[in-house]
Amino acid sequence: MGRKLLTEHINVEGIDTFEVYRKHGGYRSVEKAIKTMTPDEVVEEVKKSGLRGRGGAGFPTGMKWSFLAKPEGVPRYLVCNADESEPGTFKDRQLMSKLPHLLIEGMITSSYALGANTSYIYIRGELLYVLRILEKAIAEAYANGFLGKNILGSGYDLDLHVHPGGGAYICGEETALLESLEGKRGNPRNKPPFPAVQGLYARPTVVNNVESIAAVPVIVNEGGDEYAKIGVGRSTGTKLISACGHLNKPGIYEIELGLPVEEFIYSDEYCGGIWKGRELKAVVAGGSSVPILPKELILKTAAGENRLMTYESLSDGGFVTGTMLGSGGFIAMDETTCIVRNTWNFSRFYHHESCGQCSPCREGTGWMEKVLHRLEHGHGHMEDIDLLVSVAKQIEGNTICPLGEAAAWPVAAAVRHFRHEFEWHVTHAKEAAQPGAVYRANAVLV
Amino acid sequence: METTAVKPQFSEAAQAEIKRLLTHYPDERRKSALLPVLHIAQAEFGGWVSPEVQNLVAEVLDIKPIEVYEVSSFYTMFNLKPVGKHVLEICRTGPCMLRGSDELTAHLERITGAKVGGPASADGLFTLKKVECLAACGFAPIVQVREKYYEQLDTPDAVDAMLSELRNQVHRPALPWEETGLPNALANN
Repeated sequence: MGRKLLTEHINVEGIDTFEVYRKHGGYRSVEKAIKTMTPDEVVEEVKKSGLRGRGGAGFPTGMKWSFLAKPEGVPRYLVCNADESEPGTFKDRQLMSKLPHLLIEGMITSSYALGANTSYIYIRGELLYVLRILEKAIAEAYANGFLGKNILGSGYDLDLHVHPGGGAYICGEETALLESLEGKRGNPRNKPPFPAVQGLYARPTVVNNVESIAAVPVIVNEGGDEYAKIGVGRSTGTKLISACGHLNKPGIYEIELGLPVEEFIYSDEYCGGIWKGRELKAVVAGGSSVPILPKELILKTAAGENRLMTYESLSDGGFVTGTMLGSGGFIAMDETTCIVRNTWNFSRFYHHESCGQCSPCREGTGWMEKVLHRLEHGHGHMEDIDLLVSVAKQIEGNTICPLGEAAAWPVAAAVRHFRHEFEWHVTHAKEAAQPGAVYRANAVLV
Repeated sequence: METTAVKPQFSEAAQAEIKRLLTHYPDERRKSALLPVLHIAQAEFGGWVSPEVQNLVAEVLDIKPIEVYEVSSFYTMFNLKPVGKHVLEICRTGPCMLRGSDELTAHLERITGAKVGGPASADGLFTLKKVECLAACGFAPIVQVREKYYEQLDTPDAVDAMLSELRNQVHRPALPWEETGLPNALANN
C-alpha cells in the first residue's frame, strides 16, 4: 500500500466540516507556518520538497514561488487554478468536494508564504455545487479565526474567495484564467510579462493547481526533506491519478510516484485490469493533450525497462516512444477502441475549445477535425494522413498559449503509433464507416 | 433574438447576493463579478440570458452592455436562447464516448423527443445540450442538470431514474442565495 498524503482521511464521515477536519489534524500547517516560520522559510520547505506543479506542466512549485515579484506597497495574489477540464482528468473536483478544508488550509499557508492578503480559487463554472461546498468551508474557516483579519493573533490578514468560470477549457491556461477572473473573455495573454510580475489586475500573482496547493500543508507539517524522500528522483511525493476509460475500477487513486504503470493498471489495489476481460490497446497517460501510447510502449520503455509513473519515466523516449505524466488523467482503451474515432473526438474537443485568438489554432484545430471526421466516416484519402501530421506541425509552437500543442500532440502521436489504422480507414472505407468498426491487429511500433 | 416585454429585475435575494459578491473584488474592478453575476442571472430568469437580462447585468455592474455580450457569447454555460425547464448537458468527450455517451445521447433523444442543440421537447420539459468534458470521466457517461451531476448513465434504468426525478420536480430546488423551501418568485419553472 502506498502512502496517502492528501487523501488519508477522505472517507471519514464529516471530514468536509471544520470540526472533524480539525480533529484529524487539520490546519496544523497554518499554525506552524504563521507562528514559527517566516514566509521565506515556508517557500524554502516547498523548494526542498521538490514538489512539481500538479496541473500538468510539472514545473517546480517552490521555484515558481521564488519568481514572484515583491515590490513594496503593492498587493500580490495567489490564485488557485481549479478550472479542471482536461478530458481524462477529474481529480480536483473530487478533492475539493470531499476535502474542501484541505484546499483552504493549503491556500492560507501558501498565501502566507507569498505575502498575499487576498486569494482566489477560480473554479470551473460547471462545478457550482463544489463552489457551494467551498464557500461553506471558507465561512467556517473565517468563523474559527483562520481567515480574515489578524489570523491566530499574528497580524497577518487574508481574504479568500471562490470565483466560478463559465465553461471554457482555455481558462485553465493561467493567463486566460486571469483574464476570465477580471471579467473578460478567456483569451490567453502574451508572455512576458509573466504573471509573477504582472498577473491579476497587473499585480504580481502566483497561479497553482488545486493538488499542488493541497500538498503544501503536508510539506509544512512533515518538512520538505521528508516529502522529498517519497517518490523517485525528481518526481517526489504522491500524485492523484484519475483513471478512466475501459478499466475495471475507474476512479481516483493517490499513488506514490514511481509505481510501475503495469501495477497501476492490473493490480487489484488500483484499476483492477481491463474491463470485460479484454486486452489493453492504448493509454493516454496524462490527460487528453499528451501523446497516446500503444500497450507495448506504455508498459515498457523503448529500451525494455518497466515504465514507471514518474515525470521522467513516462517522458522517456521523448515524443517518439514516450509521453507525459501531465495532469494524471489516465485514459485506458481496450482492443475494441477505434483510434481514428477517438482522435477525431479529441480533435473536436480542441476545435471547440480554441479561443480563436491565434490563426494556426483557430483554423488548424478545425481543419484537423474535418479531416479526421472524413477519415472516420469512410470518405478519406491516403494523402489525408500526411496532411494531418503537416497541420499538426504547423500549429505546434505557433500560438500564444499551449492549447495549440495540446491539440496537435494527440493527432501526431495517433498517426505515429497507429498509422495502419488510419490507412485501413481509407482502404476499407465502407467497412470503417460502419458504427463500431475497429481495426483489430496489434499496433506497429516505431 | 427573442425579447421580453417587461424590464427584468433581480429578486431581493439575488440583489443581496450580488452585493456580497462585489465585496470579493477591488472597488475599481467590479467587472470581475461578471461571470458570477451572469450565473445568478441565468438561474433567476428561466435558465437563459436574454439581451434584456444582459443589459440588466451591465447596469448592475456599471459596465457597457457590449462587455457583457462578448463574455456571455464566449462561455458555453450561458444560454442565449430560451430553454426547457431542465437543460440536460450531455458530456460527449473521449472518456465519456468510450463508455457510451453516443448511445446515451441517442437514447435521450428518443425518450424526450428533443434534439441535441435544438429547441426544448414539445412538453417544454427538456433541452438537450452536448458539452465538452464535465470532469467526471471515471463515472461516465454523465449528464449535468443545473448543479447536479447524474453519473454512470450506462443503463436504461439509470436514465429512467434521472428523467423521472426531473419530471417529478414541481419547483426547482432553491438556490443558496434564496430562502429555502420557497418556490421561485419568478416562477421560472
